Amino acid sequence: MLAERQAGREATSASLLLLRGVSKSFGPVEALKQVDLALDRGEYIGLIGHNGAGKSTLMNILMGVVLPDHGDFTVEGRAVAEPNHPAKAHGLGIRCVFQELSLCPNLSAMENTLVIHPTLGGVGWEKRTRTLITGALVEIFPGNRIDVRRPVSELPIGDRQMIEIARAFTESDTAAKIVILDEPTSSLDSVAAEQLLGYLARAASKGRACILITHKLNEVLNHTQRIVVMKDARVVADVPASGLSRDQLFEMMGAVSRVAATTAATATYQGQRRIELPEKSGAPALHVEAGEIVGLAGLAGHGQKEILRRIYKASRTRKDSGCVVTGAAAYVSGDRQREGIFPLWSIALNITLASIRRLAHAGFIGSAPETQLAESWRQRIAIRSASATQSILALSGGNRQKVLVARAFATDSEIILFDDPTRGVDIGTKRELYDQIRTAAGTGRCFLWYTTENDELFLCDRVYVFHEQKVVDVLNRAELTEERLLRASFVEA
Amino acid sequence: MIAMSNQEPSAASVGATLNALGVKQFGLSFIALALILVIVFWLRPNVASYNGLRLLLNLSPVLVFTALAQMFVMTAGDIDLGIGPFVGLVNCIVAGLLNDQPALAILMLAGCAVAYSLMAALIHWRQLPSIVVTLGSSFVWLGLALMVLPLPGGNVPAWLTSFVRLHPPLVPLPIILALVPMVLAHLVLNKMSYGVVLRGIGGSLSAVERAGRSTLKARMTLYALAGVCGLLAGTCLAGVTTTGDANVGRGLTLLSIGAVIIGGGEFVGGIVSPIGTVLGALIMQLSGSLLSFASVAPAWQYSVQGGILLVILALRVVSWRRLRP
Repeated sequence: MLAERQAGREATSASLLLLRGVSKSFGPVEALKQVDLALDRGEYIGLIGHNGAGKSTLMNILMGVVLPDHGDFTVEGRAVAEPNHPAKAHGLGIRCVFQELSLCPNLSAMENTLVIHPTLGGVGWEKRTRTLITGALVEIFPGNRIDVRRPVSELPIGDRQMIEIARAFTESDTAAKIVILDEPTSSLDSVAAEQLLGYLARAASKGRACILITHKLNEVLNHTQRIVVMKDARVVADVPASGLSRDQLFEMMGAVSRVAATTAATATYQGQRRIELPEKSGAPALHVEAGEIVGLAGLAGHGQKEILRRIYKASRTRKDSGCVVTGAAAYVSGDRQREGIFPLWSIALNITLASIRRLAHAGFIGSAPETQLAESWRQRIAIRSASATQSILALSGGNRQKVLVARAFATDSEIILFDDPTRGVDIGTKRELYDQIRTAAGTGRCFLWYTTENDELFLCDRVYVFHEQKVVDVLNRAELTEERLLRASFVEA
Repeated sequence: MIAMSNQEPSAASVGATLNALGVKQFGLSFIALALILVIVFWLRPNVASYNGLRLLLNLSPVLVFTALAQMFVMTAGDIDLGIGPFVGLVNCIVAGLLNDQPALAILMLAGCAVAYSLMAALIHWRQLPSIVVTLGSSFVWLGLALMVLPLPGGNVPAWLTSFVRLHPPLVPLPIILALVPMVLAHLVLNKMSYGVVLRGIGGSLSAVERAGRSTLKARMTLYALAGVCGLLAGTCLAGVTTTGDANVGRGLTLLSIGAVIIGGGEFVGGIVSPIGTVLGALIMQLSGSLLSFASVAPAWQYSVQGGILLVILALRVVSWRRLRP
C-alpha cells in the first residue's frame, strides 16, 4: 500500500523536492536505505522516528553536508548534480535549522545573517542585515526581545534557537523555498514554540515547503499536513496527518519486524545489591543486583549518560549520599574516538590500561603478566588481529570497541557501565558482544547499559526509561514491548 | 522590544558605539596602559614630551605589527609560533639585500607573504594543528635568515632610516604607527563585511562551511594579512636598529601572544580586538621601561614584568565573568 502511495507521488514530476532510492552508509552502519520522499510547494510535513532512524542523515543529504551513496535527488525537476555543496543547496532554496546550532557563537545575529547572505555585503551591511533578521524575528516570534547586535554566545539558548530559525527564513538573492527544521522547539519555551508552529503553517500557505523533524508527536499531529515516519533507516509510512491518532503513530514507528528475537539472559546468579539510587521526587528508584543486566532507555540526551557518570563517580569516591554503589565499576564508552582508545598504543596496552594497579609490583609493571592478560582477553573477546602487540589503529571500528569491552572485563570490577557501547558496530560483532555480556553476567558481574538501540533492551532483565533527566517508567522483561518503550520515551506534558 | 527604529536616545547610541568597538574586551587594557603611562610620566617627567615619547616608543611599531600579525592568526583559532623568527627573516632581507639587490629583495619579501598564506592552505588541507606548522616553519624562517645574513650587520636603505626618523607635526611617528594600523585592522575585521566571515571561522568552522562560505579562502586571507603585518614589523625593525639580525625576533613571538590576550583576545578563536591588541602591544613595550625607570634591578625585571601581566590577565578574567550574563 505504501509503495503504491509513493509511486503515485513520484508521478508528479513538478514536485518541488524529490528523492528517489537514496541510500547512505557510514562504515558498517546503514543510515538510509532506499528512501523516497516527495514534497510540493505549500506542503508542511512532519518527519518522525526513533533515535538513529536516519532523519538527521536525510537532512544532511538535503543540505549537501553529506553525499548519498546511491539514489537521486531533484529540486523543481532538475537533478541536483553531485557533489552537492552547502552553497548550492542554499542557492536552490533549501534551508536547514540544525539541531546543534549552526551559528557562529562569537558573531551577532546580524553577522550570522551576513554569513549566509554574501550578497548583503559591502558598505551598509549592518543596516541591511539588521532589517532582514529583525524583520524575520518579528514575523515569526512577535514580541521577542532579542538584541541582534550582541554575540549569540551571550544570549540564552532559546534566543539563539529563535535566531537560527529566523535566519533560515531570511531571503536575499535566493528564496527560501524548502525549510527543514530539526527539533526546532527543543530549546524554545511553549509560547515561542506555538508561535513557530503556527508560523510554519502560514509559511506553507504562502507557497513554501516545510519539513518539521520532531520527537513531540503532538506537534506533527496538530500542525502538519502529512507525516513521514522513519524506522531503521527506511521510510515506513507517508500518510496524511488528519485523522491520525498517537496510537497509530506509535504502531508505525514500531511496526517493522524484529531482526531477530534475541534470547534473553536468565539471571540465575543471585547476589548482593550493587547499585541503588533511591526514589526521588516521583521518579522510581533504580537498583542493580549482581548478575543482572539492566538497560537505560529513552530518547538520547535525557539524562542516561549523566546517571552513568554519577554512578561511576560514586564508585570511585563513595561520597554521593544519594547513590550507593557496592564494588568497583568500569566504564565503556561508545564514543571510542574521543573517550575510549589511545590511538598511539598497542592493542595490549589499550586492554591492560585499567588493570595497571593489579599488574604492578612496587610501582613497576611486569611485561610478562601484562602481555598474558592482554592476550587472554584478546582471545576470549575474539579481537581479530594477528597479535596483541599490533597498533590499535590496525583494527576495524567494531574490533576497537571490543578492545574497550576487553579493557573493562580485564579489570576486577563487579559493575560494568555501558554508555551505548555498540554505536557504529556491525551486527556480527554486536552478537559476539551480546554473548560475552551474557557470559559475564552469569559469573556475577552486573551491567548497567545505556543504549540507543531498542533491540538491545530485549537482552536486559529490567529497563528504566528516561525522560527529561528522570526515570519515568520501569519495565521488567516480561512487560517489555517496543510500543511500551516508545510510549514511555515520548511522554508529553 | 527589538530596536528597529533609527532614532535612538543618544546615550544609548554612544553605548552601542562603544560596544561595537568592543570596549568590553579592551577597556581593561586601556586603563592599564593609562596607568602605566601615568606612572612613567611621574617617575620621568621629561618623557611626557614629543621627543620623550618618540624615544620611549622607538621600538613599539615592531611589536604593534607583530602583535597584529599574531591577532590575525588567532582570529582563525590558530596560534603562530613562528612570527618572531619571521620578523627576523624580514629584518635580514631588508638589511642585507634591499639596498644592493632591491629586485631580489622585493621578490623574496613577496614570497614570504605568499608562504604565509600557503601555510594556511597546508593547515586546512592536511588538518594539521597550526601550532605544529608554525613551530616547524619558525625554524625555516630562522634558517633562511641565517643564509641571507649569517652575521648581524647589513646595510639598511637610507630612505628607510630617514623614514623612521621623521618628525611629523604634533604626534610622534611611533604613535601614528600604532593608531593607523589599529584603525585599519579594526576596519578589516569589524567593519568590512568579509571580516565577519574571517571572525566566523574562528567561532565555528562548521557553521561557516554549512553557510556555504569557503573556510580555506578565509583562513588564507587571515594568514596573508598576518604575513603582511610581519613584513611591516621586520621593515620597521630594520629601520630603527639600522641592522639585520637573524636572532632578533626570538622574544617577539611570546610578546605578541601576550599582547593579543591582554588586549581582550582569546585562544578559542574569533574573539580578538584590534584596538586591544595595539594597546596590549604598547603595554608589553612600556612595562619594561617602567621597571627600569623605577630602578628595579635588571635581574628582577622579567619576573616583575611577568607578574604585572598575570595581574592584568587575572583582572580581565574577573571583569569578563561579571560582564557576561
